[in-house]
Amino acid sequence: MSDRRADPPTHRRTGEPDGAPSAAVAPDRAGQPAAGGPLLEIADLRVTFATGDGVARAVDGVDLVVHAGETVGLVGESGCGKSVTALAVLRLVEHPGLIAHGSRVRFEGRDLLALAERDIRAVRGNHLALIPQEPAAALNPVLTVGSQIAEVVRAHQHVTRAEAAWRALELLTAVGIPDAEKRAGHYAHQLSGGMRQRVLIAIALACRPHLVIADEPTTALDVTIQAEVLELLDGLQRKLGMAVLLITHNLALVAERTRRIYVMYAGQVVEEAPTEALFAAPAHPYTQGLMAAVPRVDRPAERLTAIPGQVPPATAWPPGCRFHPRCPFAWEKCRSEMPALLPAGGGRSARCWLLEEGQETGRQGPDAKSEPQGPDARTPRDVQRAGGSVP
Amino acid sequence: MTDPVRRSAGTPVRPLLEVADLVVHFTRRTGLFGTQRETVQAVNGVSFAIGRRETLGLVGESGCGKTTLARAVLRLVERTSGTVRFDGYDMAALAPAELRRARRRLQIVFQDPYASLNPRMTIGRAVREGLEVHRIARGAEADRRVRSLLEEVGLPPESADAYPHEFSGGQRQRAGIARALAVEPELLVCDEPVSALDVSVQAQVLNLLADLQARRGLSYLFISHDLAVVRHIAPRVAVMYLGRIVEEGPAEALFAAPRHPYTQALLSAVPVPDPTTKRSRIVLPGDPPSPVHPPAGCPFHPRCPHPAKDQTCLSLRPELTAPSPGHRVACHKA
Repeated sequence: MSDRRADPPTHRRTGEPDGAPSAAVAPDRAGQPAAGGPLLEIADLRVTFATGDGVARAVDGVDLVVHAGETVGLVGESGCGKSVTALAVLRLVEHPGLIAHGSRVRFEGRDLLALAERDIRAVRGNHLALIPQEPAAALNPVLTVGSQIAEVVRAHQHVTRAEAAWRALELLTAVGIPDAEKRAGHYAHQLSGGMRQRVLIAIALACRPHLVIADEPTTALDVTIQAEVLELLDGLQRKLGMAVLLITHNLALVAERTRRIYVMYAGQVVEEAPTEALFAAPAHPYTQGLMAAVPRVDRPAERLTAIPGQVPPATAWPPGCRFHPRCPFAWEKCRSEMPALLPAGGGRSARCWLLEEGQETGRQGPDAKSEPQGPDARTPRDVQRAGGSVP
Repeated sequence: MTDPVRRSAGTPVRPLLEVADLVVHFTRRTGLFGTQRETVQAVNGVSFAIGRRETLGLVGESGCGKTTLARAVLRLVERTSGTVRFDGYDMAALAPAELRRARRRLQIVFQDPYASLNPRMTIGRAVREGLEVHRIARGAEADRRVRSLLEEVGLPPESADAYPHEFSGGQRQRAGIARALAVEPELLVCDEPVSALDVSVQAQVLNLLADLQARRGLSYLFISHDLAVVRHIAPRVAVMYLGRIVEEGPAEALFAAPRHPYTQALLSAVPVPDPTTKRSRIVLPGDPPSPVHPPAGCPFHPRCPHPAKDQTCLSLRPELTAPSPGHRVACHKA
């Protein structure tokens, strides 16, 4: 650990005012494609796992786009495939997981799924970074945090050990760790959960990323520490202009800090919408159900509206719409035919047959509306009455 | 034989559970060879009361001592000082047989029912065990009761033959609740009962707990780190920080106008699922201090953002006082 005590390399900037992006964390814009195309473009992503109970289709045809500099939310409950989606983008899906042929992941114009292992490692390090959920598990317990950051710096940039060590200190300072020199010599177990998550953010930033995928970055943290870490991430994002894909089960987290949101259920995106539109009027019954089920600290309810039943196993997704067994509006068609993502107005789209019904009734006028079949069939009007929305 | 624990049931004025000045300290060995000892001051003088059919919500972040407090109430850990009275009887003074009888009336629901249910025991047997240990029912009568308990918590009766691993998280928590209910308790200590569940299932379990309270007249000590959950279930809420209650009051008043700077910061940190409300967030500096070396004076003073913080806060520990009836707060400046 003598590196850290080496003389500072000559190019190290000192005396920078707080808040200015330091050389260590400023994104390296060279090599970015011409503006216009999305930064990340996922199309028809499918990931399967061979299990004892059959093939689990964990991610089943996901389309998702992140533009440069924007924060996008990916929301869903456990088992919906949101984390596997993140891993697939980074090509970190491990055996027995398989990314199906025909899946496409384009990042900065390059097809990540077609890259050789050596080349994907270079992308993963340099422009695309992951902030994992469990900081305790993601850090090496027998290396100091300073040397772990320096290791990442050296893996991706041609710098000397001493330079890498200095960069580690700069990064620790940038993520708000007080007394960085002392902390750099600490091991993971000597740090609190919030500190460990800051270290992981520092490691992610060491790559000067253009896109950070944050997978439940604060789930393991207390609420006050969570707020602190998210503010930090927000601040760094604004300062460095990177894009963030924020993956979480917590609707409230994405409400406050994203521009657009994807909601996943049973391996599929079931709704995509600008954040304000989604919270103002969720189009998919699952999104509506989730919002009604969350107790709110600002608006207490007499009784929560629970979504009946539970998420089916990934080895046995229901036929038709995957949400139909739990959906209060399901009718015959929902049980047999899977809906596509249909436009829902206001830049939203949702995977729900009600939208098609809604459009038809809209086109044909109120007289021509056809009653759906089935004992518990509902019309879009009932949805509106029930607090949902069909534009 | 008179049963000292049973005898006084029904006295209207006395709270069901009364905790006074409860202190729980642990000594642990530290250092490379375990040669040093340090004292963890997990619970440091906590007082509260819960009446019949009442719910007290207890919120706090990890390490604040809320789980230790729950365990001390049940005498699953021994207290260092202070008293826990259940229905008027000092839990610490009970003989083993009396303690067993008291525990029948005082049950706990854990965060992770997977860890608290025996993986090699069917759900039916797990629920039945309490019935038999406490000699409530045997044979066919026990079978009948097990089925009706499972139905009451929303599980199909045939799930009695299933093992815990065959259940989803929500179903396991239902089984854990059925098991606690088997012995017909009066008070349920719920320690983070919905924290491991997805929101759609969490709502099911919260609604179940509300229904059971209405039907059986249960009292709850409901412990959670999630303020929204506590606000939903508890009409009265206590906030813990570093082994002490720093504020306690009616949920409505406490959430609308928190008085303690810690409660204010905690509430401001909770994200709200509404992109149109922009709230100012009080970000606390640093991490909570270690309960091994709690600071002198007010336990919150090293992180306290109150503008009027002064020497008193650094040296003198504030007592819980009641600025308005039923609302207690431990702050020199509140």
